[in-house]
Amino acid sequence: MPELSALGAALGALAAAAVFATLARGAALALVYPLCAMAALVLGAVDLRVLLTGTELTQQLPIGLPTIGFHLRLDPLSAFFGIVINGGILAASVYGMGFDRAKELTRRVEPLFPLFAAAMNLVLLADDAYAFLFSWELMSLASWALVVVRHTDPESRRAAHLYLVMAAIGTAALLFAFGGLAGPAGGYAFDTMRGHPPQPMVAALVLAAALIGCGSKGGLVPLHAWLPLAHPAAPSHVSALMSGVMTKVAIYGFVRIAFDLLGPPAWWWALPPIILGALTAVLGLLYAVLDRDLKRVLAYSTIENVGVIFVALGLALAFRANGQHDAAAVAMAAALLHALNHSWFKSLLFLGAGAVLHATGRRDFDGLGGLIHRMPRTAAFFLVGALAASALPPLNGFVSEWLLFQAVIAAPALPQAALHFASPAIGAMLALAAALAAACFVRVYGTAFLGRPRSAEAGQAHDAPIAQQIAMGGLAFLCILGGLLGSVLATALAPVLGDLVGGGLPRAGSGPTVFSLVAFDPARSIYDAPVIALFVAIASLTTLVVVHRLSARRTRRGPAWDCGFPDPSPATQYTASSFAQPLRRVYGAAAFAAQETVVMPPPGDIQPARFSVVLVDHVWRALYAAPGRAVLGLSERLNALQFLSIRRYLVLMFAALVILLAIAAVTT
Amino acid sequence: MTGDLLVQFLAQGAQMTFVLLIAPLAVGVVRRVKARLMRRQGPPLLQGYFDLAKLLRKESVIAESASWLFRSAPYLIFALTWVAAALVPSFASGLMFNWAADVVALVALLGAARALLALAGMDVGTSFGGIGSSREMMIATLAEPAMMLIVLTLAIAAGTTRLAGVADFFLAEPFAVRVSLALSLVALVIVALAENARIPVDNPATHLELTMVHEAMVLEYSGRHLALIEAASHLKLVLYISLLICLFAPFGMAPASAGVTGWLIGLAAWTAKLLFGAALLGLWEVSIAKMRVFRLPDFVGIAFVFGFLAILLAFLTRGVFA
Repeated sequence: MPELSALGAALGALAAAAVFATLARGAALALVYPLCAMAALVLGAVDLRVLLTGTELTQQLPIGLPTIGFHLRLDPLSAFFGIVINGGILAASVYGMGFDRAKELTRRVEPLFPLFAAAMNLVLLADDAYAFLFSWELMSLASWALVVVRHTDPESRRAAHLYLVMAAIGTAALLFAFGGLAGPAGGYAFDTMRGHPPQPMVAALVLAAALIGCGSKGGLVPLHAWLPLAHPAAPSHVSALMSGVMTKVAIYGFVRIAFDLLGPPAWWWALPPIILGALTAVLGLLYAVLDRDLKRVLAYSTIENVGVIFVALGLALAFRANGQHDAAAVAMAAALLHALNHSWFKSLLFLGAGAVLHATGRRDFDGLGGLIHRMPRTAAFFLVGALAASALPPLNGFVSEWLLFQAVIAAPALPQAALHFASPAIGAMLALAAALAAACFVRVYGTAFLGRPRSAEAGQAHDAPIAQQIAMGGLAFLCILGGLLGSVLATALAPVLGDLVGGGLPRAGSGPTVFSLVAFDPARSIYDAPVIALFVAIASLTTLVVVHRLSARRTRRGPAWDCGFPDPSPATQYTASSFAQPLRRVYGAAAFAAQETVVMPPPGDIQPARFSVVLVDHVWRALYAAPGRAVLGLSERLNALQFLSIRRYLVLMFAALVILLAIAAVTT
Repeated sequence: MTGDLLVQFLAQGAQMTFVLLIAPLAVGVVRRVKARLMRRQGPPLLQGYFDLAKLLRKESVIAESASWLFRSAPYLIFALTWVAAALVPSFASGLMFNWAADVVALVALLGAARALLALAGMDVGTSFGGIGSSREMMIATLAEPAMMLIVLTLAIAAGTTRLAGVADFFLAEPFAVRVSLALSLVALVIVALAENARIPVDNPATHLELTMVHEAMVLEYSGRHLALIEAASHLKLVLYISLLICLFAPFGMAPASAGVTGWLIGLAAWTAKLLFGAALLGLWEVSIAKMRVFRLPDFVGIAFVFGFLAILLAFLTRGVFA
């Protein structure tokens, strides 16, 4: 089959690029990113073809473990996620072509970048547990190495260490999940697993393990702690890949296990993903609105979006378990489209943050500002991404958010009391997350790109190189196009939805226009982005013409009004922290036990007043810091055991033997 | 068929024009009622139109640090609000483009206008713009979850999220007092007060530095840009009153199949209800004081709690416990 050879050739090209980049020096390294871009294009084209035609590609390689082998298969689900990740890889590669080779640390990045890209593609292709885990680990290690590229920075090292630990825990959980799926007979091929769904108890354990394994990679609370450290530590185009794309591989893993391999779901399987997802969505944004680092805010926003996707997946599980296939299709379409949309806008935002970082050398909001004047193109593209991430129409983020709200609105029809009582809470939490996202991105854009420059570097910024502008512009275009053509994308999902949940959305054309996105049926809910966009365009253009005709068109530039007391110092602007203050007051006390202290010197004293905020990260304290301390403390205690006399060691061994024998005697 | 389409198109156009034209009058009614209740003469009813005309005639002064976003935002904000206002069924439920957005999309359209306004407030780089933007976005995070609960209640009752569908449903139902809908009504009124920057959430008549929210965001605007922002906020008020009318008092609204006479009756009924709603708002505003910003979570929280109770009651009435 030509597709199969194209697939092999593209993966081979990525591997060759990795090897070449390890050996090559100097200007030859410039070839790596174009090669990656071409490979991503070919892979994406094959994926698109498989998704549209519904043909499956399978291949068995003579490597891997004996008796298991190395099965590869590209079905519509893998193909859909393949489009997601290869779009991101393409954008990141094009962006990489714009790097200034002399100044930026690229020699360490270039061998690992194609490896990371190939590993993510392999995870999607894997059709047995061994191939899956092998590629998954390859992906983890390649991305870990990319995080630790700036190894001289202690922050980077800490992030990489935490990431490695969490990745190890995640893979261990997945190993356990596949063990449960394979059963005592040990059928590790996905086909065998599909044929023999595990017992209900085992299935629940497998689901929990999958949630831990995939959730830790995707940043599901409480397994998220590594993500906001590791994603920003990597070079920006790799951050875009990790945040925009690698989290989607995690989603894919969960979908593959929970919807494909695990057999028919029980309704209560839906509860963990829904509850954790809703918590993740809200908590991720609360972290984001309080953070002061541009890239870290974007990483926290990724956590939120992963939460949103998990809520949608949970709802899909619930509907499917109750045989409500059309509602399950709406929820599943929301999850898949959100994965696609998030990969576009988050890659765009990270690439934009990279351009800002490159132009100013800063990622803290307190050193940015006014970039819209200095970097007009980057600012325009970033604005599209920011509005899309805030789930505002007519951009793409809203399409999936709308579908998700439709699924939530359908949830009260579920027969289980737990689910329909959960539905208003989920709806409220998702609405809160959407409103917080808007607040978060108004804050990001308002302090980084608008206003006046807060540092000399921001005042002398320059726009990104042309290749990077093309990468960002392409993604911004996709964000707009995806927002308008949501119904077309939803129609293209039909084979995946049919495979996973056995239902589908109404076909495009069942609504009033071809581009109407319809959930359930046209009498129930319609969102027609092109018509709305057309109306807004007509209305704004008419207003423009009429106002210009009616009004005195005089315009004068003057100093800012600012209630009569404009201050030329840029320090008088609202900062990111001041913007977050109302939100911190309202939500911070509950979520982070936020405490504000103001130390005001007595009148006449010329000491400066001091203001400080203390935030407590409960999740970190309870689930990371406390176990870490416990392990350290325990090892300190046990350390004494290394310095005993031989006599005491013999006593210990004898005691262990006696205890084991006693246990054996009691149990038999 | 084409003639029918033309009539439909004209009706939609008429609705868009009509909401635009009546909006300053509704605001005039609010101001007039407030003034009379305070034993003041008050501005003429048509003052809103005079103000807009005056602003359009004045030159626009733009701060030196403002970008293109500052200049283009008023047009987009106005257009988004206008389209949203036109999508809410006013005098007839089955107008041509009412279907294009359901209530979820409608809320999001207003959210887009709000985000643009908040960005425009940050653009000049002053402290007042920022204070307004940050408070506005904070209030939105309180109001949107409550709004979602209201939408959920209505969707449970009517089985649709399309506004026209909900209105048709309540038109067809025999009138009955439903507790869950009454709770939703209270919740929606609170959300509407918060969204429109009315007392007690914000005072549209103040320029006192510490309390203003909406006015702080638009402080740097002048001339035609300010006119557009003002017109957009008038439209938003009309939108929310229309939404309340459409969902909770749709009587008189022409059904989908009605002809021109039905539309005229609907138009008269809607105008009367709109002005009555505006008068009620004036009455409410003189009888309560502006709240401190950080008391707002309590006030908007009432909407959230009422929204939640409404849903629980809706579950009860549908007998899901049985």
